[in-house]
Parts: sequence; structure tokens; C-alpha cells
Amino acid sequence: MNQQETGAGEIKISARDVQVHYGDNHALVDVSVDISDKMVTAFIGPSGCGKSTFLRCLNRMNDTIDGCRVEGDIRLDGEDIYAPEVDPVHLRARVGMVFQKPNPFPKSIYDNVAYGPRIHGLAKNRSELDEIVEKSLRRGAIWDEVKDRLDAPGTSLSGGQQQRLCIARAIATSPEVLLMDEPCSALDPIATAQIEELIDELRRQFCVIMVTHSMQQAARVSQRTAFFHLGQLVEYGETGQIFTNPSDPRTESYITGRIG
Amino acid sequence: MLWLTFLIIVAAAALAYVLNLRAARRLWAEGARLHSITTFHALYALFLAALPAFVFVVLWLALSGPVIGALVLSGLPDEVRAGATAAQENLLLSEIRSLARGQAFGEPEPWKAAAAARLTALEATEGWARLALVSLIAAAGLIYARTRVSASFRARQRVERIINGLMVFCSLVAIFTTIGIVASLFVESMRFFARVPFFEFLFGTNWEPQIPIREDQVAGAGAFGWLPVLLGTMVITVVALVVALPIGLFSAIYLNEFASPRLRAVAKPVLEILAGVPTVVYGFFAVLVVAPALRQAGQALGVDVSPNTALAAGGTMGIMLIPFISSFTDDALSAVPRSLRDGSLALGATRGETVAKVLFPAAIPGIVGGVLLAVSRAIGETMIVVMAAGLIARMTINPLDSVTTVTVQIVTLLIGDTAFDNPKTLAAFALGMMLFLVTLGVNIVALRVVRKYRELYD
Amino acid sequence: MKDSPASAPRVNWKDPQLAATLRARHARERRLKILGLLSLGAAFAMLFILLASLAASGYKAFVQTHVTMDFVISARNVNPENPEKGKYRKVIAESLQAVFPEVGRKEMRQLRKILSNGAQYMVRDAVVADPSLIGGVLRLTVPVSDPYDQLNKGEIDRTTPESNRRLSDREIAWFDRLKEAGMISTPFNKALFLNADSRFPELAGLKGALWGSFYALLVCFLLSFPLGIGAAIWLEEFAPKNRFTDIIEVNINNLAAVPSVVFGLLALAVFLGWFNLPRSAAFVGGMTLALMTLPTIIIATRAALKAVPPSIREAALGLGASRQQVVFGHVLPLAMPGILTGTIIGLAQALGETAPLLLIGMNAFITSAPESAFEPATALPTQIFIWADSPERGFAARTSAAILVLLGFLITMNLAAVILRRKFERKW
Repeated sequence: MNQQETGAGEIKISARDVQVHYGDNHALVDVSVDISDKMVTAFIGPSGCGKSTFLRCLNRMNDTIDGCRVEGDIRLDGEDIYAPEVDPVHLRARVGMVFQKPNPFPKSIYDNVAYGPRIHGLAKNRSELDEIVEKSLRRGAIWDEVKDRLDAPGTSLSGGQQQRLCIARAIATSPEVLLMDEPCSALDPIATAQIEELIDELRRQFCVIMVTHSMQQAARVSQRTAFFHLGQLVEYGETGQIFTNPSDPRTESYITGRIG
Repeated sequence: MLWLTFLIIVAAAALAYVLNLRAARRLWAEGARLHSITTFHALYALFLAALPAFVFVVLWLALSGPVIGALVLSGLPDEVRAGATAAQENLLLSEIRSLARGQAFGEPEPWKAAAAARLTALEATEGWARLALVSLIAAAGLIYARTRVSASFRARQRVERIINGLMVFCSLVAIFTTIGIVASLFVESMRFFARVPFFEFLFGTNWEPQIPIREDQVAGAGAFGWLPVLLGTMVITVVALVVALPIGLFSAIYLNEFASPRLRAVAKPVLEILAGVPTVVYGFFAVLVVAPALRQAGQALGVDVSPNTALAAGGTMGIMLIPFISSFTDDALSAVPRSLRDGSLALGATRGETVAKVLFPAAIPGIVGGVLLAVSRAIGETMIVVMAAGLIARMTINPLDSVTTVTVQIVTLLIGDTAFDNPKTLAAFALGMMLFLVTLGVNIVALRVVRKYRELYD
Repeated sequence: MKDSPASAPRVNWKDPQLAATLRARHARERRLKILGLLSLGAAFAMLFILLASLAASGYKAFVQTHVTMDFVISARNVNPENPEKGKYRKVIAESLQAVFPEVGRKEMRQLRKILSNGAQYMVRDAVVADPSLIGGVLRLTVPVSDPYDQLNKGEIDRTTPESNRRLSDREIAWFDRLKEAGMISTPFNKALFLNADSRFPELAGLKGALWGSFYALLVCFLLSFPLGIGAAIWLEEFAPKNRFTDIIEVNINNLAAVPSVVFGLLALAVFLGWFNLPRSAAFVGGMTLALMTLPTIIIATRAALKAVPPSIREAALGLGASRQQVVFGHVLPLAMPGILTGTIIGLAQALGETAPLLLIGMNAFITSAPESAFEPATALPTQIFIWADSPERGFAARTSAAILVLLGFLITMNLAAVILRRKFERKW
């Protein structure tokens, strides 16, 4: 057992009876789940099943949507993240997020990665910031490709590179949890493979939660899988078990391609 | 007489429509298979009867004035005409015209009265000739269209081709307008530059067009240098932007990022009211409220504020530009993709940091385009400055002083009686041409920036 | 492992120093919010000050001080054979003398100025209309002249020293006597709408300007509406995509941003200079405004045409209609509400346009309302400009009142546009 694996299996996030309403639309019904640290947890399910909605509850990104109400109890390391004294700004620094479509800011590669550390004041001086940027880019597995052109605009990179840049940008604030909302859906197969490899690497340090459309991806990358259907969490367990021996007939239908 | 002319055209068109409609219906009733339905036969006749006659009338009206004028002039006694310049002839002609209309000042010379009588007679002849010719043309169109009614006649295609031609003409009106603007400004400016050297106008620092210009002293030296006027325009534009930019930008940022949907729903139309107020109202407001207030404030601070201070005109213009800038900024901020906003928020940035560090920089090209359009508006804005700015051109950048602008000079030079033969009047056209060129340049750059920016995120 | 987590900068998010940073960041955001609110408030405040100052200075012009007097129409002054040529100034003087018997001949000149200069003509018109009044007494309510109107409205401060006041103590005393006698009234100022312009504020009205604006807008509408729709339909539905149509489009967009005074120069040089059209005529003004309104209507019409879904075109084309039949029979009627909305907004802009009208002389001093579009006229905005430039105090209030009338028209037009849009707004 090497050092990186410590903490694996400890519960990082626990959610109880989470309900989400968008206006009159009841988008999530009674979701309760415990998510472990140092693992990749995949949320799968047909589109509109609420998996992305749930993901966005975990860093309170739903707060930015007008008319969205979240009820229930979500705890990060035992702390209620919807408690009034919790600052969502603070929370989002601890719970990083990567989006479906790569969204680098129209700034240089360096400034993209330095954005989070700068606003949070994580670096005391320029050399510290340089160090954070380099480390994050290295851990985003993109350092070698961009180290000679850190001043180039982030938007000049290819799609896969942009997405790895966004991952590097997210880890630059040293989050504890990384949320990934279909991070590969806009990418070609080669870029997808690179990102998947990176995700596997990242779980050594982070609690990674990934929403994906692709069951194969969930099977390849994740240790735990949650299956959502029509706003409900149908089944949650070891990835291997979900794919080989699902207990719920709806999961089975989805996996065998009858719904979705 | 004019109404009668148009009445004839309308009547001929209606008659042609009915005649062809009935002819086509008769054919149809007799069992012929018409290529086009009866309405198109009728419309064909309508266009043929009305269009040529209408075009004829418009051309006739445009040309008859100068022709009659020339005829009247040629009938004048030789000793009057000898040595008269074109400008003097024009003056003479308008004198005769008002005489013919019965507006006489004192006892006119007999030859003038004779010319006026001749003018009246010519105008009467012109009217009858016009009526006769229009009737003839309309009748010809009507008869020709009537002969074309037959089962195989492709009336629909013909009508559609005519309509298409009309629509193309409508589209060309915009081009004609631009050509008209460029041509009129250019021609009159050239006449100005024939009297005042071009470079003297362009680089002169002295603008005193009100100096009476005698025959022997064509355009007193340095009296037509536009630089102080340009400088005044720039001073007022800068003052306007200093007022409008921060207020417009910050209100747009607030409305876009922080305001509740309800406040937005109220605030945006209210700002639009500010944009819909006519500029003459702003001008009066500047004179009634802003200038006295500034003067009082100046007195309280012990600063000497001119009654026509550039601050009053510029500040009021700034108020007018607020909604302009805020709506462009709002649009530009809204055009930044949501994903960038989400990306920044997800990194733990506050909304304020997101606006300041991601959205605003990303929206800058769009905002710059809007600001440029605002600048072009400020340069071309007329009523506020005519009412609230000064008349004397000074080389100063002190906004407390009174300055004048290009548009103020254009209006003051042209208000009142204008004859197209003195540098004073023509100078207004030279200024107009510079104004047109400057605003056109700014607009082209602005529209290009805005379009480029739209492509960036589409 | 190339980067072990041991070396990773684990941030302690509970660090009090970070909490302090966070507080500072939130404070910065609050400052931005406050700045935004202040700006918005400033914009609102300016609109409020604008409207409030106009209302405050303008509302008084909607009433006018009048005096009701008995005018003695003696046959000595008015010849029953020819009542139009009567000595009505004398009638007025004698009637005033009856009210103020102690006033001598010399002071009479002063006293007579209480009544508006128009009073003699009102008396004359009444007598001409009813010659049986000659030899009798006519009770008539006539406006007082501007200084007394100002006095009655409290615009003249009685406490200022006499030498700095527009009315002397004696003049004020005269007026007070009329007031005590119950002869002074302040009814609604009908003259503001029923009279044309005048040198005397108490007689000046907007009738000429309203008719001038009406004719100008009518001409503007008759020209720009068909031309604009024709151009828009061609560009949107029929024009081939090539350099030529590109030029037209760029041209229209640029035309929309050309300063209005340049259109005035165009009108002056082309319409007045080359075509010798009459100066100051609403017809020329309307043509100039039409050229300015054209881009607005074209742009609005194109947007409205674009909003009609292609399915409607395809359905009609599928039934064998020609493209023109589809456009004129189906697309255009559906787009009409949008086109009308754009047209009303364009006309509202044209109604407020001033500078080009100044250049073609629609700021002339004209004391009768135009009877056609070809007669010299003023328009509402140019009338405002003329009055704003007039030195008499009474014109300041009238300028504000005229502005309120203009704004009333603009608000009505824009409301009509909004209602039209709401009523016919379709979701496809």
C-alpha cells in the first residue's frame, strides 16, 4: 500500500434526501449517496435524468441559476455545504469543476491557470505563482505541450489540450474534490483517452466525481458508479458490480441499451 | 394643378384596372384557359397606366423649374443680364419669383414686373402642358395594356417583373441618398475651396466666419481654419464620454450581473426613455437647468464658469449617451458565453471578480464598438450644442470655457437666408463634409469591431 | 511518480488569513455593486430631474391669466358700416378708463399694456361676428399681457426693489385692483393649442407647429413606408447574394448612423438648391425626415420578415404559389405588426428630429397655421427651438409646455408600438 492510496474509501461527500426544483419542475427526487475520497465515482443515466443537476449541487453552482431550489442535506467532510455560514465562493475553491465544453478564458495559458490562485491569494509572490502554475500544468498532463508558449492564448490550443488546461486550472486552487461534467463529450477519441488516463492519475489526490454519457467510459475509469433515472438515484455501488450484476431492472435495461 | 395631375394618374390607373379586369373576365367566361388569373391582367394595366405617367411627372417637376427660370432670364433686357454672375442671376430670379407671388417691396422696376408676368404666364402654360402630356401618357399605357389581354398573355410574369423592378428601385433609394449626400457636400465644398485654400481650412487655427467679406478681400486671411472648431467638438465629446462612460458601464454591469429580473425589467425601459427624448429637449434642459447649476457651483467654488461652458453641453450630451453605452455594454456582456461565467464561478470567483476579470475583458471589443458609435453620435449631435454651447471658436481645452463645435457652426452659418454664393454659407458645407467623413470613419470602424466580435462567439 | 501529493501545495481552507482575504474580496464585490447601483440611480435621477424641471416650469403655461371686462362699443369708435376698420384700441382704452377713472391720459399708455395686444383683435372679431353689439356693451374675457400673467403666477417677486422689477408698484396696484374686483381668472390656456406662433407669449400657440409636424410626418410616412418595405422585401426575400447587395446593406447601416445635420445639408443643397423646392415647407421637411427614417424602417421590416418561419413560405410554395405571391400574400401580412411597430418608432424619432428642419428653414416666424404641406411652416421641435431662444419670460414656460406636448406625442406613439407588439407577438 503506498502513500497515495491513504484515505481511499473514506467518505468525502454524503448526501441525504436531496431534492432539486427548477421552478415547477422537480428535477431531483430523494437522492442519498455517500461518495468516497481518492476514487473516481461515475454518474450515469439517460439525458435529463438529473445526474448533472446533482453534480452541480455539490459545488452549489445551482445557486447561479434563477428559480433553482435545493433541499436536503449535503455534507463535505461532515460539514453542511448549504449551511448559511458557508460561503459558496469558498466552497467552490475546495470543490473544483470541469465542464462539458472546454472553456478556457480568453487569456494566456499562464493566466488561465493562475486565475484561481490569484483571486484566492494563494501565492505570495511571482515565483510561488510560477511554481503553482507549473505544478498544475504538470498534473494536468499538458506541461510538456505548453511550457514553451505559456503566453499564448488558451483558446489557441486544440480541444483536448483546452480540456486538460481547464483541468489544470481547476487543480491550481488545490481543491479536495473535482467535479467533471462529461469532460470528454466534446473531444475526439485520442483526446478522450488522454483525459481518461489523466483522470485515473488524479484520483490519487482527489475525490473525482464524473458525469458521463458513455457507459464504457464509466466502466474504464470509475471505481464506483451511480445510475440516475428520471431524477432518482436508482442504483449505486462498485462499478464492476453495476455493470455485471445490476440489482435494479432499470439499470439493467439501460446498460443493455433498452432505455437511454 | 399638381393635385389634378395626380388625380388624373390615379383615375387612369383605376380605369385601366377595371377595363382589363372585365376584358379578362369576359375571356374567362367565354371558356378560354387564361395563362394568368384575371387579377394579374388588371394589375398589369394599372402599372402601365400609372407608372410611366408618374415617372414623367416627377421628372417634369424636377426639370421645369430650372427651364422656366432660364426662359425668364433670357427674356430680360440685355443691359440687366450683361455681366451678371450666376449667383446674381439666381438672386434676380428669386426676386422675380416672389414678385410673381405678389410679395412686392416698394414699386418694382417695369422690366421686373414684366418678367414676373412672363413667369406667371410660363407657369400656367407649364401646368396645362403637364396635364395634357400626363393624360396622353396614361391613356397610351391604358390602351396598350388593354390590347394585350389574351388567353396566352403571361400577365403574372410581367407584373412580377415590374414589382421586382420597383423593389430594386426602393433598395437603390438608400444608395441615391448616400450619393446625394456625398455629391452635395463635395460640390459645395469644392466651391468653398475655390475661394479658401484647402490647407488653410485644414490647418488654420482661426475661425471667424462672421467677419463681413468684401469683394476685394476674398475670405480674410485665416478666418476659415477649422482646427479650433474641431478642438471644441473634441472637448465636448470628451466631457460627454466622461459623464456617460462610467455611468453607462457600471449600470450595465449592475443590471447584467447583480440586478434581480424585476429591477432589470423596470430599469431597461426607463433607460430607453432617456434615449428616446429628442435632442432639442436636452438642449433646453442644458440651458434651463444644467448651465445655471454649473455656474452656481462654480461661483460657490470661486471658479469662473462661462455661461456657455462646454461642461453644460457636454454633460447633457453625456446624459443622452448613457442608455446608448449601457445597452451596448449589456449586449456585449450577455454575448459572452455562459460557459466562461460558469468556469470562473466554479473556480471560486465571486460574481464581481467574474465580471471584472473574465466577462468584461472578453466583452471589451463589443463595448469598444458601442463606445465608438457613441463618439460618432456625440460628434454629430447638433441641437444640444446649438442651444447650450458657444459660437466663438477658441483654441482651448478648458471645459469651463465656452467652445463651439462643427455642428454649431454649420447651423449658425446656415440659419436665416442662405444664398449659395458666399464663403460663409459654403464653409458650412465644407464643415459638413468633414463631419460626414469623420463620423463615417468612426462608424465603419465601430461596425467592423462589433461584427468581428459577434463572429468571435457565434 | 513525477509529482507526489506530498509536495503538492495543500491549501488549508480553514486558514484565518484566507478568511480575511475572502472578506476583503466580498467587500470589493459589494463596492462594485454599490458603484453599479449609484450609476443606475444617477441615470434615473437625471431622467427624473429632466422631467421634473420641465414639468415644474411648463405646467404654468397650461393656464393663462385672463381678465373679464365690459367693452363699450360706441358707434363713435366703430362704424356700423365697416366694423372691421373700427378704432378698437380706443375702445379698449375707454373701457379701461371706465374701470380706472382716476388714470390720466399719460398713464393710459401704461395701463393699456395690462391687456394683451391681441385683445383689440378679439373685440374686433366679436363685433364683426355680431354687429348688433355696436352701441352696446360687450363682456369679453381676454388674456392679460405676459408681465401680468407672470405676476399672477407668482413669477414676479413683489419684494424686489421696484427698479429691478418688470412691473412698477403702480402697475401691480392696478392689477391687484382688477383682481379684487373679481375680474381676473386663470382658465385653461386654449390658445396654446388653437393659436399659431406670435411675438407675444400670451398669444403664442402650437397650432402652426402641430400642423407642420403633422404634414411633415404624413409626407415622411407616405414616402418612407412603401420605399422601406419595398427595399426590405427585396433585400430579404429576393436579392441575390453578391457584391452589389452587400454594398446596399453596408450603405443602409452607415446611413442609419449619419448625423442628422448632414441630412439637413443634403436637403438644403439638393431639395432647395438644385430643385428649387419652397423653403420652410413641411413637404421638404417630410422628404428629409423620410430619408432619415428609411434605414430604421428597412431594418425593422427585415427583422419582422426574418421572424416569419420558413415553414410558412415552404407550405405556400408547395401549393404552387409564385415567390412573390408567397411573400405578398402570406409572409408580409404575418410580418405587418412588426413592420408597423418599427415604423411607429421610426416616425417617433422623426417627430423629435430638429437639426435638419432648421437647415431647410422650418424655424421661420410664421403666425398662421399652414394649410398645406407646401406652405411655410414650423414643426413641434423647431417651435421649441424658436421659443427657447426667445427672450420674453413667458416663452420659457411655453417652451417647457411645448416639450411636454411633444413628449406626450412620443410617449403615445411608443406606447402604441409596445401595445401593437404585445398584441400581435406570436410564438411560432
